[in-house]
Order: sequence, then C-alpha cells, then structure tokens
Amino acid sequence: MINVALPKGRLGEKVYDMFARAGFECPSILENNRKLIFEGDKVCCFWVKPSDVAIYVERGAADVGVVGKDIILEYQPDVYEMLDLKLGACRMCVATKKDFHDDPEKTLRVATKFSRIARRYYAEKCRDIDIIHLNGSIELAPILGLSDVIVDIVETGKTLLENNLEPIETIVPISARLIANKAAYKFKTGEIGTLIRELNRQVNGND
Amino acid sequence: MYRTMKREEKAVYELRELYERFGYMPFKMSKFEEYDLYARNKDFLKSERVITFNDISGRLMALKPDVTLSIIKNTITQPGCVRKMHYAENVYRASGEDGFREIMQTGLECMGDVDLYDLCEVISLAAESLRIIDERYVIEISHMGIVSSLVQELNLSDEDRALVLQCVGAKNKDGIRQLCVGQNVDKIISLIDQHGRADQVMSELAPLCTNPDALKSLQELKAVTDLLDDVVKDGRLIIDFSIVNSMDYYNGIVFQGYISGLPSSVSSGGQYDKLMRRMSRDGKAVGFAIYLDQLQRLDRERRAYDVDTILLYDENADMRALSEAVRELSRKCSVSAQRALPEKMTSRRVLRFKDGGIDAND
Repeated sequence: MINVALPKGRLGEKVYDMFARAGFECPSILENNRKLIFEGDKVCCFWVKPSDVAIYVERGAADVGVVGKDIILEYQPDVYEMLDLKLGACRMCVATKKDFHDDPEKTLRVATKFSRIARRYYAEKCRDIDIIHLNGSIELAPILGLSDVIVDIVETGKTLLENNLEPIETIVPISARLIANKAAYKFKTGEIGTLIRELNRQVNGND
Repeated sequence: MYRTMKREEKAVYELRELYERFGYMPFKMSKFEEYDLYARNKDFLKSERVITFNDISGRLMALKPDVTLSIIKNTITQPGCVRKMHYAENVYRASGEDGFREIMQTGLECMGDVDLYDLCEVISLAAESLRIIDERYVIEISHMGIVSSLVQELNLSDEDRALVLQCVGAKNKDGIRQLCVGQNVDKIISLIDQHGRADQVMSELAPLCTNPDALKSLQELKAVTDLLDDVVKDGRLIIDFSIVNSMDYYNGIVFQGYISGLPSSVSSGGQYDKLMRRMSRDGKAVGFAIYLDQLQRLDRERRAYDVDTILLYDENADMRALSEAVRELSRKCSVSAQRALPEKMTSRRVLRFKDGGIDAND
C-alpha cells in the first residue's frame, strides 16, 4: 500500500486520473462526500493543500505526492524528485507595470509569495532587493506602488494583462512533479518503482 | 530498570557495549569547543549555524554541533595502526527556521592506516547498530568516486556540476537532462536508476564505469560489498547512488541507514580522508553517526497511564505501615502515594490506605 498526498483542486484531479490509468485506482475518491482518506487496493489517497504536499512527503505521512516545482524550489524539501508529470505547466516570472523603468541604483522592491526563489534569483544577479512577502493578490502590489516588481507564477498572463502588467523575465519553468519520501522508497521500492514506470509511460511514452 | 528505559536510552547502552567489544575506546568531550574549528570546516557541518558565545577570556566558543572534528583534532595517528573511538554526545544543530535542536548522537570513528578490513568492520558495525535498534532496517551504500567521476565526464561549469550533484541526490533525472542540454547523460541517468542488492546492480554498473577513476572506485565498492555479503544479510545492504555528501570532505564509500517507520535516515557515515588532510592529519578515516532523537517515533503505543496505582491515605494514617505498603506495591507496579486525587494524573486504579492497610474493598 502506498500513501499518496494529492494536491486539492483541478491539478490533483488530473493527477488522480493518471494514477487510475496506471492501475493505482482508488474509486471511493470519486464519491462526493466529506471523507478525508480514500483507500484503494494498492494506494491510499488524501487531498491536501498543494503547498503542504511536500511537508506530508518529507515527514513520511505520505510515501509519494504530487507537487509543483515552485513549491520544491521554495521549500527545498529533502525528498526524491522522481518524475516531471508535465501537468500544470506555467513559469515563475518577474512581472511589473508596463511603463516601469528599472533604476539599477535603487533597491528593487519585490512582492512575492516565493521569497526564497526571489532572493536566490536576485542574489545571482548581485541585485540589492527588498522582499515584501505577501500571501495572495500579488498583482496588486505594483499597481498600488507597494512594490516595483512581483515574482509570481504566470500561466496564461491574462490576469497580468488585464491589470496593465507584463512579465519581463522568466526565472524558471514550472510543472507538477512526483516526489517520494526517501525512507519510504527504500522499503516500498517495488511498488513505488512500478507506479513511476507506469506514469512515465503515460508522460514520455517509454520506460 | 530496563522496562522503564526509553528506546533511545536503551540503544545508547547496547551500542556502547557493542563498540567496546570491537575495541573502540570511549571519547568524551566538553560541551564547548572553540568556534574557529567549526568556522574553518563549515561545509563539513550539515548547517553553518552554530550557537556561539564568549568565554571569560573573550574567546569565541561554540556549543558543539559535531563530534567528528573534535576527535580528529585530538587524534595522532601512527603508521600501520588505527585509532578506534566511539562516543555518545548531545550536539546542537540549527533546525528549520525556528532555531536550534539538541540531538542525541552516538557513533564511532576509525582513523589511521584504514584498510579494506577496517572499512568493512565500520559498515558492519553500522548495520549491527541499526539491527539493535530495530530489525526492519536497510543500509544503503554508495561510492563518491563513481558519482564524481561520472559527473566529471560531463562538460559543465562548477555551478552546474554542483546542481547536477544535487539532482543525483534527489534522483531528479529531468533536472539533469535540463542542465545538460545537448550532452549524453545516459550514464549518469542510468546510475540514478540503480537501486538494489550488489548482485543485482554490479553487472549494470560495469558498463557505466569506463574511465579509470570510476573503474577503481567500482572495484573498491565491489570488494566491500563482497566482504559484507556474509555479514549484512537478507538484502539489507542496498547500493544506491543518491547519497551525496560534500565532495570536499568525503571520498570513497559513503552509507546511510534507514529504519522502517522513520521518515528520514537515522545513520550516516563514510570515508573522509580529505577532511583528515585538511586538518593536517596523516592517514585515512571512516566513521558514522546514529541520530537517536528520532527513535522515540518508533514507539507507537503511548503510555496508557502516568502511574499504575494511586494510593490515597489521610492524615491519620500510620506512616510506618503506609511506607511499608507503598514499598510492597512498588515491587509489582508503579505507585504514587497521595492524600487527594491529583487532577491531571492518570492511573489504572486508585487504592485507599485505611486502618493500617490497603482497603480490601478496592
């Protein structure tokens, strides 16, 4: 039995479909009820907040989980990153108002949910920045003059466009990854290995 | 006495006995060490953050985050001999964002003219230590020489090489393909895929280790796993190359121990000749540590009660008879004599002390 932490939401549902096609079904998960844990023959699944998936896996409450590369980069959990599922593709970008002119002599004010990613990115460029950590509605920050730029996930860029913002740099492409707990991998090698092989076949069409 | 001992306390005693039977001498150190020792070797430590303070004469001191460095500092090696030491110490390490943790650690070091025998003795003692803690263990072994020489074959900048090593540690094949666009990464990817007993993996490794360094390392790995075959049985010795320790300190064999039910490794060790050289010591060295603080997670059942029996008495009770009754009870179970029921204390039963004896109605 493999314990699986799935991210709540549309991405998680797509991922579950992949698991089911791989032969790791858990039919009760499709029932509309308030249960938290769903048991199948080979897997036991539960929905968790997407940003918490890595914590469940790192601490061994889940053997495997599916999480965005953004979360892996931000929290750097000590886990195996086994497979790029190529779902939920988007990119981590720097975005700002269309008429913004960067003055490299000034400290750049950066609003973001992803403080570590932003700090690392600008440290590599030797740029002095001031991080403003926000938990949501990041796009508001440059509009209200709270920050000069934002570092955030951009999928289609529509929200940005509607608010007269635009992405100016891409930091890193993002997609969903299958992660595994390092200890669980030692004791459930066969089961986790089969799951990965089957998922890999769906994603890349080979072994 | 054994019954009330916690798993980690029991482990400390049993492991000490094991290490002394194999001729390892105890090493005791003070809680503090000059900060300079750690500052010079900060990459060797898992975290750079150390608790520091000034002593009376103004020297900058640190609460020890590590024992190995202190052992090396105090060891003089002699050609043809090995110095064998074991320890059980608390170390202080940064943990997450929220500060420091005290970690109970036990382990051993073998320094000097370390040869194949010593290497295998240390690994087999690591395996035996895990077995003492729990039968359901796995010990994972890798060779830094194989990993580093395969990464060297790729044409990469120093930064990218460090990132590729990180990817090897996370079994992140997609990450390696992205970092090495246009290069043939088949060998390193195949290395990441290797996971299994020596007899399952060795034949797959031979075609990967074509350069002289890798070949030499592979032969060493094979010699070690062949020798350990009789000692670490039932497929508990696993080859896996995702153990990536700092290349500046470790060379040769590295290994990690896992126990079923615990989310991360409980033991970690390897050969660190490079660290010896950096600290101007002759000879080689190999050792491991076991992190005992995690073991409390293994005891699933919590204690059902604080004490087995609460014995209630009143101020008129005959103290001599009471004292005798408590001593009598304590031979069979835990007992707490009280004059009123303590609000927060739980017990299996409550007995009353009345008329010079335990009330028969209870």
